[in-house]
Amino acid sequence: MITVNGNQSEWEEGLTVKQLLARENYTFRMLSVWINDRPVEKKDFPTHLIPDRANVQVIHNISGG
Amino acid sequence: MEMKEMKLLSEWSYEPAKIQRGYANETLYVGLGNKDGNYKFEKRPVSEDMKENFTGGRGFGLKLLWDAVKEGTKWDDPENELVIAGGPFCGITQYPGTGKSYTVFLSPATKQTYNSNAGGYFGPFLKFSGFDALEVQGKADRPVVVFIDGDNFKVQIFESTLEDNNAYYISEELHDYFAKDEQDKRTISVISTGMAAKTSYIVGLNFSFYDVRRKAVRLKQAGRGGGGTVLCDKNIAAIVVKRTKFTGIENDPVDVETIMKAGASLHKRIHDHDNEQCQMRAAGTAHLTEIMDDYELLPVHNYKYGSHKDIGNISSHEYIKLFSQGTADGCWYGCSLACAKAVDHFPLQTGPWKGKEVVVDGPEYETAAGLGSNVGIFDPHWTIEANFYADHYGLDTISLGTTMAWVCECYELGLINKENTHGLEMTFGNKKDLMELIHRIANAADDFAVATGWGIEAAREYYSKNYGADLEVMKKIGMVCQGLEASEYRCQESMAQWGGYFLTLKGPQHDEAWLIFMDMVNKQLPTYEDKAEALYFFPCFRLWFSLHGLCKLPWNDIEPVDNSIKYKGIEAARVPEHLNNYLNIYTAITGKPLDRDGMILQSEKVYNFERIFNLRMGKGTSKFHEAPDRGLGPVWEDEWMARPDYFDTKLKEFGEEIEGKSVKEKITLLQKHRRAQWEQLKAAVYKRRGWNKNGIPTLKTVKRLGIDYPEVVALLEKHLKPEDEFEEE
Repeated sequence: MITVNGNQSEWEEGLTVKQLLARENYTFRMLSVWINDRPVEKKDFPTHLIPDRANVQVIHNISGG
Repeated sequence: MEMKEMKLLSEWSYEPAKIQRGYANETLYVGLGNKDGNYKFEKRPVSEDMKENFTGGRGFGLKLLWDAVKEGTKWDDPENELVIAGGPFCGITQYPGTGKSYTVFLSPATKQTYNSNAGGYFGPFLKFSGFDALEVQGKADRPVVVFIDGDNFKVQIFESTLEDNNAYYISEELHDYFAKDEQDKRTISVISTGMAAKTSYIVGLNFSFYDVRRKAVRLKQAGRGGGGTVLCDKNIAAIVVKRTKFTGIENDPVDVETIMKAGASLHKRIHDHDNEQCQMRAAGTAHLTEIMDDYELLPVHNYKYGSHKDIGNISSHEYIKLFSQGTADGCWYGCSLACAKAVDHFPLQTGPWKGKEVVVDGPEYETAAGLGSNVGIFDPHWTIEANFYADHYGLDTISLGTTMAWVCECYELGLINKENTHGLEMTFGNKKDLMELIHRIANAADDFAVATGWGIEAAREYYSKNYGADLEVMKKIGMVCQGLEASEYRCQESMAQWGGYFLTLKGPQHDEAWLIFMDMVNKQLPTYEDKAEALYFFPCFRLWFSLHGLCKLPWNDIEPVDNSIKYKGIEAARVPEHLNNYLNIYTAITGKPLDRDGMILQSEKVYNFERIFNLRMGKGTSKFHEAPDRGLGPVWEDEWMARPDYFDTKLKEFGEEIEGKSVKEKITLLQKHRRAQWEQLKAAVYKRRGWNKNGIPTLKTVKRLGIDYPEVVALLEKHLKPEDEFEEE
């Protein structure tokens, strides 16, 4: 299991940031992702692997309005 | 056919002020008399205290309006004013988003102060003509055009010969009338409204600029709060400003290099990264429709639902196809974010201009949702036509959309019927009859159209009294607060956004605080204190833009690519690099240092002054901060059943046992718990803002902010009660 924005979420071997975002339907473009308090660069989303028991924060910055 | 020559009724010449460090240091007063043709013109000095405590823009508007009215003044009294002001940034051309001006007035819709902003060229041209603000007071005895001739330093009042009361006609005619030739049309900006302003309260102001590439007049709206109704009540057909010559340093900055450097960096960022970020240049703010749908935030059927299967029809992909691409759609010089998108050669299907091909400004997100999903219509062509006529008639697309969505639900619930609507079938998705309602509101065609054009708060009283509609049910489902209809975000699942909508100065408009992602998705505001801190900081931060003549979009609709890895948590949401640009540019214009605390202080002074102003006008207390049931959670079973597992979970989180309970019982319980949360949130926010339990700024707060003017203190002493004080910690 991993934690995503405070919620428990299933973990699987080989889970990438991109896959997680798709699973959670996080489609907003202005996202930042931090795994265990370390930032992940956007260009690495397709390849960056999420470890089991990770604390993942997907921050949606404000836009619009 | 050319417009007939207008008769000059009055004229005044002035010696123009030289702009120094962002300020002209003078304002223009135009008095129209009291239907007696007694015109008055004055230049008024801007004091150091005014700059210190009110900064500019909206702050100047509030200060000038405060001095013009008294307790008990109503929106349609001659003392009410329209004040239009830019601010010290307004008119610079080296940094994006610096053409905004802010209109302040007593509102027919909210019965208190209102401020509404628009792009276009009016604010910069007014300043370049020598004025930090324009005050218009009184009522003309006949329809007039007020002309500020910034080339020849004259203010003239003409008897209008305009033959149509609608915005595109007025703006096109007056650009023609005051321009020497085609090229000269870009030196003019016109403020007008439309025919709906005669009876409706949800009517805004259109600010024009001339688009030389399209050879067409473009309109930007200060749409909300009823400014157009005030303009019409004053018998003003239009306010026009003309200024031909200006340079890139017209604002007289201390240090233009710093501004150019910050601007160049942002222009490059927009060029390199807008396509992968918000696509403002391609879609404008309409890029948000499918995103809001994905997060259950899109208002569907009067905010009952947050998403819809037909979202693809109104997604940004569809609007990108309809908007003209490859054009520099900025609404002021130097704005490369260029989000003022337009649909060219749009053939109108209905109304007085049926068959004509027009340029339609927008739709922006709010219009795409309000005159789209919220009324159950997923057809961009319908939305574009509705957008055109709303602008043309002067109707505010947000209030119009939210009001019509509420009307549809009232109709489908059987609260009103076809007899009441004079034959209109007011069901969600009824394109023909909803378009007809827009035309009928503008024409004041019948009692239903007129009452609906007042907006939800006044309309529901009328429906109740005259049609026997259930007032309590209409209150539950009407997304309105303080007389203002909510803008187009579904806020039910974000407690912080309840505050962002319903604990605001002027009502549920998204320009104070948009905290839904931060709260609901990111979970960055877990406690009441966290939410209260955000509802203190962000409204002040957002207000700062309105003091300076700035558009907010270049702040965070484009970001440095490393913003999200360089900064963590809420700090990233502040976009520190862009925030620092504003601080540096402020210093580069005015020569005065400014840090983050100083920035918030500038805003907090005005935020609290505005709150106190509303208290003076008979509102501004806790009882006007009310949230409708629809804003806090589901009201009917079908809303719950759209996401039953989600809502069951939410109810369980309150420790409720859900087994054996009907959906109706669950809704009652969820509403009860959320209503209690709302009260706790309200108390936490008031306390953080330095207000008492009744939502009134304390004497300690106004002294700290330096706005403890004798009139302010006397007013507060009349309203502050010992039993409303929070206990000191």
